Amino acid sequence: MPIQWVLLLSSFLFAVGIYGVLARRNAVIVLMSIEVMLNAVIINLVAFNALLKEMQMIGQVFALFIITIAAAELGVGLAIVILVYRNRTTVSIDEVSLMKW
Amino acid sequence: MEVTFLIIAAVMSVGAVRLVTTKNLVHGALYLVVTLFGSAVFFLIALAEFVAWVQVLIYVGAVIVLLLFGLMLTRAPIGRTALDNENRGFALLVSGGLFVVSSVVLWRAFDGKRINLDTELFSSADLGTALFTRFVLPFEIVSVLLLAALVGAVILAKKD
Repeated sequence: MPIQWVLLLSSFLFAVGIYGVLARRNAVIVLMSIEVMLNAVIINLVAFNALLKEMQMIGQVFALFIITIAAAELGVGLAIVILVYRNRTTVSIDEVSLMKW
Repeated sequence: MEVTFLIIAAVMSVGAVRLVTTKNLVHGALYLVVTLFGSAVFFLIALAEFVAWVQVLIYVGAVIVLLLFGLMLTRAPIGRTALDNENRGFALLVSGGLFVVSSVVLWRAFDGKRINLDTELFSSADLGTALFTRFVLPFEIVSVLLLAALVGAVILAKKD
């Protein structure tokens, strides 16, 4: 299988994730788009691990690390979203502009 | 193999696009399930069995449930105008430009390189050996990071 197909898929997913982060208003959808971007990166790592026949498994080990860190990021992110909702009754990231200069 | 990959790539792309364009946020979470599950299938055909099952357990099992709880605890307005901000054209420009540039560059850089998927799977035993010998220090650091993040999340989200 040509590796370019996989690279094309992952760059498409990454671009869609960037669109979601920039264009969507709801903070939870922004978190979901970040998950899509991280997933694109993991696809790349696994594909290169298979391409290089890497017996040290560096690609897959880093994929596992990224999955773990994505879970941690999502937990903290959702806690912050719920906190913002409790204080301001909105999750629209356009209205949370208190720290904007 | 190649036909399977093309099918799951199409399904994943549709899921991701629907996630960022849907009007209903809960449907968006379900489209995210489609995308993440598709990448688990890709990991299976790309010889990474353990990563595939971790993906199913962590992402499809835990992360989606967390996101659905997040959606349901925060009432959100439904409808396209309420969900997209005024940066939509700019966002389309940035993401489209990024996709075109990166796909052209990567297509030319990896011309003719092929993954041979007809060999044996990488065994979970090899992955465990790598994780607990060469990468044992990063592994422990990641576990401490996860613990700290989850404690922080609990402290942030609990009522005073």
